[in-house]
Amino acid sequence: MNRLTAVLSFLRDRKKKALALFLTAGYPAGDSTPGLVLSLAGAGADIIEIGMPFSDPLADGPVIQQSSAVALENGVTIAGILDAVRTIRKTSPVPLVLMGYINPILSYGVERFFRDASSSGVDGVILPELTLEESVRFRDEFSRSGLSQILLVAPTTPSDRVTAIDEASGGFLYCVSTTGVTGSAGKGTPDEFLARVRKCATKNPVLVGFGISTAGEARHAALLSDGVIIGSALIRRLSQGEPIGSITAWVSSIRDALSAE
Amino acid sequence: MTGPRIGEERGSPFSWPDGRGYFGLYGGQFVPETLVPALRELESTYESARDDSAFQEEYLRLLIDFAGRPTPLTFAERLTAHYGRGRVYLKREDLCHTGAHKINNTVGQILLALRSGKTRIIAETGAGQHGVATATVAAKMGLECCVYMGEDDVARQRLNVRRMEMLGATVVTVRSGSRTLKDATSEAIRDWVSNVEDTFYIIGSVVGPHPYPMMVRDFQSVIGRETSSQIQKKEGKAPDFLLACVGGGSNAIGLFHPFLGTRAVMTGVEAAGEGLDSLRHAATLTRGRPGVLHGSLSYLLQDANGQVQLAHSISAGLDYPGVGPEHSALKDSGRVRYVSVTDAEALEAARLISRLEGIIPALETAHALAYLKTLMNETRKDDVVVVSLSGRGDKDMETYSTHSR
Repeated sequence: MNRLTAVLSFLRDRKKKALALFLTAGYPAGDSTPGLVLSLAGAGADIIEIGMPFSDPLADGPVIQQSSAVALENGVTIAGILDAVRTIRKTSPVPLVLMGYINPILSYGVERFFRDASSSGVDGVILPELTLEESVRFRDEFSRSGLSQILLVAPTTPSDRVTAIDEASGGFLYCVSTTGVTGSAGKGTPDEFLARVRKCATKNPVLVGFGISTAGEARHAALLSDGVIIGSALIRRLSQGEPIGSITAWVSSIRDALSAE
Repeated sequence: MTGPRIGEERGSPFSWPDGRGYFGLYGGQFVPETLVPALRELESTYESARDDSAFQEEYLRLLIDFAGRPTPLTFAERLTAHYGRGRVYLKREDLCHTGAHKINNTVGQILLALRSGKTRIIAETGAGQHGVATATVAAKMGLECCVYMGEDDVARQRLNVRRMEMLGATVVTVRSGSRTLKDATSEAIRDWVSNVEDTFYIIGSVVGPHPYPMMVRDFQSVIGRETSSQIQKKEGKAPDFLLACVGGGSNAIGLFHPFLGTRAVMTGVEAAGEGLDSLRHAATLTRGRPGVLHGSLSYLLQDANGQVQLAHSISAGLDYPGVGPEHSALKDSGRVRYVSVTDAEALEAARLISRLEGIIPALETAHALAYLKTLMNETRKDDVVVVSLSGRGDKDMETYSTHSR
């Protein structure tokens, strides 16, 4: 059991919803990540997803595209991200999940990536381009390293496939709430889809992401799942230069909304 | 039209791809989960269409009556005399409707769109030839069409933007990243992820996730099949050398594929831009290494950290840091060799062919023609060389006149 699965089962036992926050590594400044992660965890985030920037982020909307481009200009690399993880680990046990595209990992070396990520203190990896079928490529690395392989389901995923993806996943199941790129405004939370995932995915906790930006939306999505993932809304605040105190207050308000009876 | 029908070479020694969409080590499906069901559906739609004689007939009828096939195989008499070696033939894809080979593929894919009940068409385009070919078939079939094109390409291929607009398509200018084909493709994929329920994505080259590289190859293989029967009639033998330019690689694979089982020497020509050592080139197979971009694993121009490197070519159609996965497999197997020529060599070749043969080639095509000066040294008098004259040069007149001054 890694930190991620431990936290999720702790929350589940207490019937509490999980709040996962996504931020792009090396954004807004090259050295921002450790400090931001600690502040967000302190404000009530249960899980932090650290985005590994890629030059061609085709699953991302404009907000995360922009942050990725800035992060690359800031010189962020996988090695640098793992350094940041080690810094965070000196003071915080918050579950850390790396999210990114496959090519930088292939370039870094798949075996080396999993070994270094695990020893640095990473708990799970999300690769949105890695389909269930292609995930066999990394299966051995995931099991050897003890990192959770977090796969995604989308509204277009047929029910039997949702079950198969859940079976192959560890940590949690990432439920993409709308057909679209990150940050796209969905047409409300698709309750029917979430209910279907709930029924078909029984192995892992289900966390809902894509297009959630307010405490109200988070609370609604959490009614039909085990928690929410917020990314673009956080990056947008960072890009507008919002002070960290105001951002952590916003995170706390979402945490409170999720915890309210 | 003669020769076997689309998809029939699958039983040849080169029966790629396998069931998972791999050409040897390359290919596959690396896409967001949202698109996986759509790709599954496309695979089954394509397979059922390929086995359906009514679909095959409709496709051939459109190629003949609408696209203007078969295209001639022209003996390049003065070019042959110029080199004084083997006999050079030009496969005249420039004479296809819309001015390039791209229509072979869009005719096929629009029929698949209709077959699957999709009402909206999207495409990416570099030089604009694929965009025009897509806008053309969408207009003919009465479907809404949206084409993504990088800002730099919109500027250098203005004529094709006007053509797409006249055909009723919406051209979306892409301002992110390199502002060329790479980012136009990313943006088209993002559109598809967002509108997958009613939208059919017509990819313009043998790139992208499975089944696109296979499907586009099958549609483009009409080039090689026609060449095979035409050269038999003219020369009484199979060609000894085949030559084509490679960006994504659709005209090259279309010419090469039916000949993979023969002894023909095949050469794909990439864009060396300002030179291979300048870092301003698009020679993916020559200078890249395997990586994942736009849904498949293939050779890729990338930096030491796996970030995609910006490509450069004077030709918008070759200005792409990736390449079709089948080309990567053909390179590794040694069956096809890949070389490169610079912007300057391509411009010089375009002028030469215009003056000697009365054909103004597209800048992309000019890269293949530029390699003749090297290739012809390998040929003997009775050798037959076929060059894919993949497109005409009207769209490039501004570039040509700028550089002739």
